[in-house]
Amino acid sequence: MEVLVPTDTELLERIRKGDSDALELLVSRYEDRVYNLAYRMLGNREDAEDVLQDTFMNVIRSLDSFQGRSSFSTWLYRVAANAALTKLRQRSKREKSESEFLDDVYSVKEQAHAGVKLTDWSANPINQLLNEEAQNQMDKAIDELPEIYRVVFVLRDVEGLPASDVADILGLSVAAVKSRLHRARLYLRNRLSAYFSGEAQAP
Amino acid sequence: MKCEEIFEALSEYIDEEITIQKCREIEAHLEHCSNCRIVVDTLKKTVALYHAIPAENVPDEVRLRLHKVIRLENGES
Repeated sequence: MEVLVPTDTELLERIRKGDSDALELLVSRYEDRVYNLAYRMLGNREDAEDVLQDTFMNVIRSLDSFQGRSSFSTWLYRVAANAALTKLRQRSKREKSESEFLDDVYSVKEQAHAGVKLTDWSANPINQLLNEEAQNQMDKAIDELPEIYRVVFVLRDVEGLPASDVADILGLSVAAVKSRLHRARLYLRNRLSAYFSGEAQAP
Repeated sequence: MKCEEIFEALSEYIDEEITIQKCREIEAHLEHCSNCRIVVDTLKKTVALYHAIPAENVPDEVRLRLHKVIRLENGES
């Protein structure tokens, strides 16, 4: 027998009529994605749990105002991204200024200009590079990204959403998403290059 | 194309979001500029590494707490 999986819209209609099973089903459908987004944005499980709960509480409380102009998942990601950004702003840690960040981003261009021979670590296979220590370095590098770059990078390259969806979620133009994404990636590349080339030189 | 212009277009290049003409120009440049080639290859690898990190799923106890909070919010005991 064919089992029909209800769409988000069908579940929303049922939720509005008071069907609590539909609500649980909708939450189960998206909870891992929201949690992963929050975890990558904030780097720890405690904050990720807070963001997860805040997101779904906000969604439940605002269901009546959801007009369906964008898809439910876009709206949910918007609520989740905002909850993660709010959490991030509660931290006392000073964020890199835009100019410090851009200096770091473009340092590789300066090096290349100055004729420095860059290190190529790209031939190493992913499973060899991606050990626990490298993952810690990668998390640390995300944590150094200013929030406007971090949220774009996590939505696009960690959650794997298309640039047009990221633009809708964040209320940005696609061009702005692409430009922020590129800078975030360059920054992370620089950090990983420093780490992996250091590794390569180790005895 | 100069290194400067190449540099700004690298993400669109690796995401295959540029015109064939621009793609050809970038590839022609990469053939003779080893530093730009290294930046492209390591940038690609950086993105691939972040894609390869396993997703962090909701731990069971967190899932239970979430669903409990939702039931409470929804007016159930």
